Amino acid sequence: MSARQPIDQFAASLPGDRRSSVLGSCQAATSKRLTALADDFAHADDLRRLAARIKQHTLDHLDTYLEAATARLEEQGVKVHFASEAEEARSLIHQILAERGAKRIVKAKSMVTEEIHLNDYLIDRGLECLETDLGEFIIQIDGDIPSHIIRPITHKNRREIAQSFEREGLGAYNDDPEVITRRARVHLRDRYMKSQAGITGANFVCADSGRIVLVTNEGNSRFSMAPNPLHIAVVGIEKIIPRDRDLGVFLNLLARSATGQRLTVYTEFLRGPKAPGQPSGPEEMHVVFLDNGRSRILGSDCREILRCIRCGACQNVCPVYRQASGHAYRSTYGGPIGAVLTPLLAGDDFAAFADLPKASSLCGACREVCPVDIPIPDMLLKLRHQAHDAGIRSPGAPPMAPFAELATRPVIWRGAMTLSRAANLVPTQLLPVPALQSWLKLRTLPHWRGGEFRQWMATRKKP
Amino acid sequence: MDGHPEEAMNRNDLFQKLRASAPASPEPYPDYDDAMLLSRTGHPTDLEASFRQQFTSINGYAFDSPGPLISLLRATANTRGYCDPALFPILGQPLADAGLEVSTLYHRSRYDDYQFGITRASGAIAETGTLILTDEQTSDRLAALSPWVHVAVLDPATIAPSIPEAIKRFGSSVNIIWVTGPSRTADVEGILIEGVHGPGVQVAYLSPVLSWTAPASPSF
Repeated sequence: MSARQPIDQFAASLPGDRRSSVLGSCQAATSKRLTALADDFAHADDLRRLAARIKQHTLDHLDTYLEAATARLEEQGVKVHFASEAEEARSLIHQILAERGAKRIVKAKSMVTEEIHLNDYLIDRGLECLETDLGEFIIQIDGDIPSHIIRPITHKNRREIAQSFEREGLGAYNDDPEVITRRARVHLRDRYMKSQAGITGANFVCADSGRIVLVTNEGNSRFSMAPNPLHIAVVGIEKIIPRDRDLGVFLNLLARSATGQRLTVYTEFLRGPKAPGQPSGPEEMHVVFLDNGRSRILGSDCREILRCIRCGACQNVCPVYRQASGHAYRSTYGGPIGAVLTPLLAGDDFAAFADLPKASSLCGACREVCPVDIPIPDMLLKLRHQAHDAGIRSPGAPPMAPFAELATRPVIWRGAMTLSRAANLVPTQLLPVPALQSWLKLRTLPHWRGGEFRQWMATRKKP
Repeated sequence: MDGHPEEAMNRNDLFQKLRASAPASPEPYPDYDDAMLLSRTGHPTDLEASFRQQFTSINGYAFDSPGPLISLLRATANTRGYCDPALFPILGQPLADAGLEVSTLYHRSRYDDYQFGITRASGAIAETGTLILTDEQTSDRLAALSPWVHVAVLDPATIAPSIPEAIKRFGSSVNIIWVTGPSRTADVEGILIEGVHGPGVQVAYLSPVLSWTAPASPSF
């Protein structure tokens, strides 16, 4: 058995150039976020706390708001569906497409469709399902998975991308990012124009107006809907907010937290199919509300995690994510948000992801940057307790029972402190304890001075 | 609802679960003032000047006469394009007079032939330099999206000062899009590239609505 948790094993095997690229992009994104918020708002933290309260209020009344949003959407001619789990959502979407004979599908970036592995499902059934966000497109042609919520190919460099483009027949090797982007533009717009349906996620759904809000920088969600007659939006039930007015809070926070922009380039507000007289745009719109474990999380003591607006700020700032990269989390959501959400969404497979909440120093940086003030460190602790209660042990973790014995008996503790000076005589490099040897590879053990503090306390001159 | 019995079951089941998980002391809806949502540039005194400033800071071009636009189109070799018929008299005609090829028909099959597209903006946001397009006033979504240069003709009287104010003016449109600069990506090594799927050049052409006259319909 390995002496390391899976996430640590992955991090240790990460090639140096990949680690540098993840670290560099995270540092840049963190700094952009800070500038964008601090320059524009004197009290940015008040805005974060307001967003947290609005989202928490919505979650605490989700039945009411989801019902209201559904009613508005249906009044506006949108067909609303509910899927309780991934398989249901996939087959429902396939059914909608099949009934309309749509075989060529374009997709805008959507974490929830990643979560339910929609692409593979549709492709296996003979449909063409093409990712259109540049990063997601590259992920798709490489058969890879995204490593960051906002920057899916943060783990790839331009040389790898140029090789992929060459392999796919998109032009001779050229690793200039501008050339790569132009080639994708030419290739994808032809596919948009030939598509028969567009699939998107949603960033927000306003309960009072039934407005679906979508943000992209590239314009791919707009292009995924303009030329074809059918639009399907796949939406996690936690995406609801009470009112249009609240968008003023969330749009200001989302773009700044995600990319350091004041607003994302394209922010689209949809209330249904295209307007009469508009030549381009869907004639039919479907919304698939997905549960997939969310209602279970809502009933747990980690319900606040559903406030998440998927900005990726916690990933950028996390010292563990920066060293381990997103793939170390082995799921759609990496970083601190993933360390909480993934084990929760896993349900019965909790044990498979129980290492993720342990991979944290609980430094609290994730909560400081979170636009909806999610107490992520508290949840990591709760999940650690859950793993402990379920008897899930971490590989390599030393048994703590002897220490507990020692630390709760003052007499033994004092004796041990004095006797332990003998440790200075032990050649630690030779001790056959893997965890200790791994620790010593990167650090030097200081000279042992056990008991000196107690002596000082007892003999010090009191003021 | 499509009326499938399974879906109805899912729906009922879900709402039941949601009601069962409601906490004993739910968070109330917070009382807040829109003023706290205004950024450093959210209190513009001169709406048009602020819009221009913010719009150019995100690499947009703001013009109010045909000359500079014609120069830009020529300099970037984008000389063939589409113009909303309703805007032809104020902008399409001057461009055509200057020797550019201007059509008032957007043929989808020839989407790649249009190097510029001129459509109408329904408003703008001074705080962020954002253009607002709606389905009702955009003659064709694709004409505002597929060409390399998009020119949005904007009546300065429709500029909203801030994001909260623009939200208040949503109205009943089924499709509103806020455009804050040219289409962009930083997916490849974090390097900013403009013009991914949408326009690489975004222009705001400011023109008071009163100068708009009846459409003509030339085509190429």
